Amino acid sequence: MSASPSRAPAPSTEPIIEFVKVNKWYGQFHVLRDIDLSVAKGERIVICGPSGSGKSTLIRCINRLEEHQQGTLKVAGVELTDDLKAIEAIRKEVGMVFQQFNLFPHLTVLQNLTLAPMWVGKVPKKEADERAMQQLKRVKIAEQASKYPLQLSGGQQQRVAIARALCLTPKIMLFDEPTSALDPEMIKEVLDVMIELANMGITMICVTHEMGFARSVADRVIFMDEGQIIEQNTPTEFFSHPKSERTKNFLSKILAH
Amino acid sequence: MSAAAAALSLIPPRAPPSDTEGVIPWLKRNLFSDWKNTLGTLIVLALLVRYLPPLLQWAVFNAVARPDNAACRAIGHEGACWGVVAEKYRLILFGRYPYEEQWRPLLASMLMVLLIVASCYRAFWKRWLIGAWVVVLTAFFVLMHGGVLGLTPVETARWGGFPLTIMLSTIGLACAFPLSVLVALGRRSRLPGIRTLCVLYVELIRGVPLISVLFMASFMFPLFMPAGWTIDVLVRVQVGIILFSAAYLAEVVRGGLQALPRGQIEAAASLGLSYWQTVRKVVLPQSLRLVVPAIMNTFIGTFKDTSLVTIVSLYDLTGALQLALGDSDWRKFFLEGQLFVAAIYFIFCFAMSRYSQWIERHLNIGTRRK
Amino acid sequence: MAAPAKQFRWSWRSAAFRGLVYQILAVVIVVAAGWYLVHNTLLNMRVRGIQSGYDFLKQPAGFAISESLWEFDSGDSYFKAYLTGLSNTLRVAVVGILLATIWGTLVGIGRLSRNFLIRSLSTAYVEAFRNVPVLLQLFIWYFILTEFLPPIDEALQPIPDVFFSKNGLQYPIPVWAVGHLWMVAGIVVGIVAAWYWSKMARRRFEATGHARPVFLPGLAIILVCAVIGWLAGGAPNVLDVPEKTDITVVGGGAVTPEFLTVLIGLTLYTASYIAEIVRGGIQAVAYGQHEAASALGLSGMQETRLILLPQALRVIIPPITSQYLNLTKNSSLAVAVGYPDLVSISTTTLNQTGRAIEAISLVMLAYLTMSLLTALIMNFYNRRSLIKER
Repeated sequence: MSASPSRAPAPSTEPIIEFVKVNKWYGQFHVLRDIDLSVAKGERIVICGPSGSGKSTLIRCINRLEEHQQGTLKVAGVELTDDLKAIEAIRKEVGMVFQQFNLFPHLTVLQNLTLAPMWVGKVPKKEADERAMQQLKRVKIAEQASKYPLQLSGGQQQRVAIARALCLTPKIMLFDEPTSALDPEMIKEVLDVMIELANMGITMICVTHEMGFARSVADRVIFMDEGQIIEQNTPTEFFSHPKSERTKNFLSKILAH
Repeated sequence: MSAAAAALSLIPPRAPPSDTEGVIPWLKRNLFSDWKNTLGTLIVLALLVRYLPPLLQWAVFNAVARPDNAACRAIGHEGACWGVVAEKYRLILFGRYPYEEQWRPLLASMLMVLLIVASCYRAFWKRWLIGAWVVVLTAFFVLMHGGVLGLTPVETARWGGFPLTIMLSTIGLACAFPLSVLVALGRRSRLPGIRTLCVLYVELIRGVPLISVLFMASFMFPLFMPAGWTIDVLVRVQVGIILFSAAYLAEVVRGGLQALPRGQIEAAASLGLSYWQTVRKVVLPQSLRLVVPAIMNTFIGTFKDTSLVTIVSLYDLTGALQLALGDSDWRKFFLEGQLFVAAIYFIFCFAMSRYSQWIERHLNIGTRRK
Repeated sequence: MAAPAKQFRWSWRSAAFRGLVYQILAVVIVVAAGWYLVHNTLLNMRVRGIQSGYDFLKQPAGFAISESLWEFDSGDSYFKAYLTGLSNTLRVAVVGILLATIWGTLVGIGRLSRNFLIRSLSTAYVEAFRNVPVLLQLFIWYFILTEFLPPIDEALQPIPDVFFSKNGLQYPIPVWAVGHLWMVAGIVVGIVAAWYWSKMARRRFEATGHARPVFLPGLAIILVCAVIGWLAGGAPNVLDVPEKTDITVVGGGAVTPEFLTVLIGLTLYTASYIAEIVRGGIQAVAYGQHEAASALGLSGMQETRLILLPQALRVIIPPITSQYLNLTKNSSLAVAVGYPDLVSISTTTLNQTGRAIEAISLVMLAYLTMSLLTALIMNFYNRRSLIKER
């Protein structure tokens, strides 16, 4: 994996994502506890932690797939409430890639990509097709455009999913364990695409267990446990000098094999 | 050849030994493999030998095919009287429709059946198919009802037989299907008001027999109309059938909606698609495909259920049969008439179930896993 | 600490507000439509002079019912007529469900048989009976039972003392005496004892590994207790045996051809659906289960009892319950062959009193209650038997 220069966020820019004392409950279960987080434009963040720690829930709050019950969450300058117009606006700026790919199996690869631009972005078909082919070329899968998702391998499907999210030219990309459902030999092709994206200046928030990726790409690594942010630091500091006991514990388990 | 080269050569394929393939081995495996199997085979063969020849005698060899009442009576219980079919088939197939005008329901039914068969072929699933449906339905009503284009008007009370069965099922299902999709979506809605309404509708209709829905349509709908309005009994019954089928279809569609992985909706939401866009473009295409066999089963059920309109005095295929054989001359040969009608139903329902299996295989090509 | 209350905003852009508006709209439309219908109905009823109200139930019915479990004559009330109709429906439904389950299971297993003849015959049966409307099948059976059977003075006697004719089936029936109550008590005691036996046998199996047979001894216990109870009650053994005279057959228990038509027709029809359900349930148990069971050395019987049946039943029970409900609802077609079930009685009532809404609503209420009860039992069973998943 090629190393890329870490870019420190410009201090004068307003944060593109801002969590202020965000709390969320599932019934009685307190899943996000007093989350305070600021993400600067162009910053690349990796969130890690044990399962059940709330990391997926946290990033799903950013595009309102989950609703927080307390605190304020601002994305791209818009505050997230149950205001439908605000949610619509934010979803145009935020793209998401899922662990289970979630491609639409009844549409071809190309149709998967042009669906949202045509129906949400009101882009004419010809232009949507062109844009889609561009994105497919970028993730190096242009020759599969007329195939159906289930005819592709897992790694190919995930790359298509990334291209689909990129078709709306989002400012922020969210990745929810993008490589966890892949066979080992396909992880690299997806991570390579993500690294390329990282080098293009898109704000990225990635929940992942791929520590190598974190080390080489992230500007900041965040460790979450039991719904709260335990520790966050630059990758070098995070991996070599973890401060909390829990972080050390987690790292020892993850880096052992 | 050196030893190493010999070791590397692959074994070419050979045919299997003769005692595992062929007729005799098949018989041994399928009919005589162990003592239980053999016993079963012998019992079945004994039953067939005992009952099949007399049955064939009755149905084929001694049967009278001419519409000759005297010959049929003479043959009595020794042979089937298919003459009753030859004599009464027009009454059975077309009900009380005026005799000279019966080419009209014949043409109307054939057009309908043709359209349905055409709609089954993938090649025809284009925009103009909807236009074709509109045209054929209009033609159907024009032919049956008359009053225009120089055709003598025939009131709906005289419509009967096969055209009635086809009409009630086709229009019933065509209208029930969109209604059922809406109700199924409503049942899955997060809004408790809408969800309750849909649940009430479905559970109420599914909990009662079709006959009581038809009675309700027959006796209660006239009371619901503003004073002075009358509503044709055929329309009432058709509405009853629509409401009934929609409730059952709604459950089937709901099964499909439930089977869709949640991730699909999340992906659509994260792309910014609205609720109705998601439903139209992502949810319905997949869910409906999942439940095609169950939908077809409901279609077949509705086709058979139209026979119940006999009880509210509409003479569909089953009812027309009762009518035709009210004639005391031919009453004794009711069974042959009934078997004739049963065969008609059987052919249509069997064809539909075969089609359902075909379409299930066909539609899932894009979604079958590698 | 629990979640704080959600804030509600009065704005079209709020999802919660939109949802509220939609719901209010839907309810308003439905209520308005309902009010409109009720208004029209009351108006029409007044214009046509139709009475309304359920008080007609107390009036004498004025018609006879051709068969029932208890005595009914035309002087009895409409309410009793309804109950009689309901009892007739349940009578044919319960027996039909039992017979259809047994026959349907056999055919379903036959569909999976290795024997080609049995498999083909079962498939032919299922296809033939599923693709013909049940009403037509009832008509056919009615015709066969009333035309092809001899008249009562020449009744067939397939077994001694059982007579089969156009007038139905007549058979010996024990005369009810107090001694029979003792027998019933004996059966109850026997069931409890058998249950204890099975518990003890299971405990013994878990402690020592020795399996004690449970099914046959249990049955034997019930039988023995029944016989003891019968003896204790004075061993009543008087049978009312039908006797053939010159013109008719007198005595014994009887079922009419109408009852037989509905029973046979519904049983054979529903059995074809049950056969498919049973087949589906057995096939749903993955073949790997059978392989694993064989690899562990379980015998055929053990595998069926411990592995196949529990998993297959889980798949079978929900659809089979809806088939039972279908059979009960299809029994309403009895009105077409003259069997006095609930719908039949209701139709007669409707014709006599003109109270369409009351008559139809009572019928719908009865069926809804039966459906609801069955659904509740089903849900209870479903929840208990769910395979626990993550």
